[in-house]
Amino acid sequence: MWEYSEKVKELFLHPRNVGEIENPDAVGEVGSMICGDALKLTLRIDRETERIIDAKFQTFGCASAIASSSILTELIKGKTLDEALKLTNKDIAEALGGLPKEKMHCSVMGREALEAAIADYRGEKRLVEEKGRIVCNCFEVTEEKIRKVAIENHLTTVEEITNYTKAGGDCGSCIPEIEAILKDIWSVKAPETPKRPKKMTNLQKIALIQDVIEKEIRPRLQADGGDIELIDIDGNRVIVGLRAMCVGCPSGGVTIEGIQKKLRELVSEDIVVEAQ
Amino acid sequence: MSVIYLDNNATTAVAPEVLEEMAPYLRDLYGNPSSMHTFGGQVRRKIEEARARVAALIGADPDEIVFTSCGTESDNTAVMSAVETYPHRRHVVTTRVEHPAVLNFARHLARKGFRVTYLPVDSLGRLDMDALSEALDDETAVVSIMYANNETGVIFPVRRIGGLLRERGILFHTDAVQAVGKVPINVKDLPVDMLSLSGHKLHAPKGVGALYVRKGTRFHPYIIGGHQERGRRAGTENVASIIGLGKACELAMQALERESSYVGTLRDRLEQALLQLCPDAMVNGDTGNRLPNTTNISFQYVEGEAILLRLDEHGICASSGSACTSGSLQPSHVLRAMGVPFTAIHGSVRFSLSRYNTEAEIERVIEIVPAVIKELRELSPYGRNGLGQG
Repeated sequence: MWEYSEKVKELFLHPRNVGEIENPDAVGEVGSMICGDALKLTLRIDRETERIIDAKFQTFGCASAIASSSILTELIKGKTLDEALKLTNKDIAEALGGLPKEKMHCSVMGREALEAAIADYRGEKRLVEEKGRIVCNCFEVTEEKIRKVAIENHLTTVEEITNYTKAGGDCGSCIPEIEAILKDIWSVKAPETPKRPKKMTNLQKIALIQDVIEKEIRPRLQADGGDIELIDIDGNRVIVGLRAMCVGCPSGGVTIEGIQKKLRELVSEDIVVEAQ
Repeated sequence: MSVIYLDNNATTAVAPEVLEEMAPYLRDLYGNPSSMHTFGGQVRRKIEEARARVAALIGADPDEIVFTSCGTESDNTAVMSAVETYPHRRHVVTTRVEHPAVLNFARHLARKGFRVTYLPVDSLGRLDMDALSEALDDETAVVSIMYANNETGVIFPVRRIGGLLRERGILFHTDAVQAVGKVPINVKDLPVDMLSLSGHKLHAPKGVGALYVRKGTRFHPYIIGGHQERGRRAGTENVASIIGLGKACELAMQALERESSYVGTLRDRLEQALLQLCPDAMVNGDTGNRLPNTTNISFQYVEGEAILLRLDEHGICASSGSACTSGSLQPSHVLRAMGVPFTAIHGSVRFSLSRYNTEAEIERVIEIVPAVIKELRELSPYGRNGLGQG
């Protein structure tokens, strides 16, 4: 059983703006009965102001697909086309009080129908072949869609891509390709996480030194049968005790050097490590 | 709001008589049946009584019954035992419409290097006997084919399959989890070597099952440890549930014929009314050869999860083969194997009845379902009232 929000339940049981506008100014149709969900969105648009006066939907799909379609029509009514295009699938999911992660593709479908309708109004109707290469044949998902949804929602795993686009959710043969696309996106665009904070109070610095010793240095020494104990921190001087296999070890100096290097890298350039 | 429970192939209510039989063994009689003292010994005797009751329901000898923790364990044990005891045979045969307890175990064996044949079914869910015959060879360790399908209720020709396998000297396991207690089964004149059953599908509690192992069948335990179940299934017995399973089998045996005709009448009334009242609806599976309690109906142009959740608002419990209800994006593997069009799979609903359903309940469902389907079709861009055709 899915855990749906109260808003999803309400709009599933009592959807708003159901139906079809007669002689609509724009039509957006996405999905298909084969895929398991489909949405047809029709709009009435004021041609002078490009404002959406009315929006109606018809949906074949599960509870969250129906609720996503319903909230979409409410969100876009009264907006200009440019304003409406700023709406993301996240906005749709948030307006519903969240969706189960496996159902995020319903919010993506809403956003796609909107884009299709506006493209239709603006005469930008593109042929299917022009929408790019199909990656997932089971659900007809293009590389373009995977890239777009991944970047907009900061998706990094295949599972997330499946939750948002369905790609890879049936036969699974495209999973290596989705992995390659994700790798391509994030190896270039993933922001470098700052490894070292710039300014620290003394307390933060002590805490970070302890953390680095516990998590980075100690496990390595222990793996070689050694151990380390933090004895004191005095300004930039870090005094440690080396235990077990490390005591009197001919390469003790190397170990101290290695620890110092690690702490300089992760905490502060001016750290000096001394053995007790 | 009262619940109308039409999901008995998923699980069933524990019969009041079963609960009553179990209660003393959850309260005061907590002894270990393996103990030497009288306090434990009386529990042992009650377990043996349960074993005799289970055996009686399927025409087996009590010695041929091994208690397990569930239907899945029984299935896994049977197939694993066959490949363990015939180590040079590296081929397993099953069907494309098995329960995951067998299907995923077969896939697991395939990853370990076994050759696995998944037999096809036709559009009515009937097994292709020629394909079975062709699949067998000297390397085949076991054939595992269900007695009746959980989604459609279609019954497989177990006697014919067993006959063929006897001739060829190949072990035959049948997953009879959905059939035991619903249709008469007598292993005395049914050529099966192993047969799985599950407690919670026949009004016993969850967490108990049994495997029938015909005398003389080579056997290797799956759970290894103590001497329980004469070394065939280790682990201290789930005493109360085993006693409950025994009682449930006794109840099923006493009332099998009367109940299956009662349940069958209710099912037929439901099915015929829904087909009549809902346009573009069709039954999935061979209606001439089905469990009496099951009907699987596809309502075109609407999606199964939406149907179930709208029915839930009325307290009606059923299940669906749609992708959205499967926990993955894949719709029912059973209906797909039958070649049911996707448009019909997404709108499929399984109603499975039990002895506890009443005529009044069925009449209420006949009132609600067509209204729900109509409402959802009004939302749908497809179908008679919509414009587009998928």
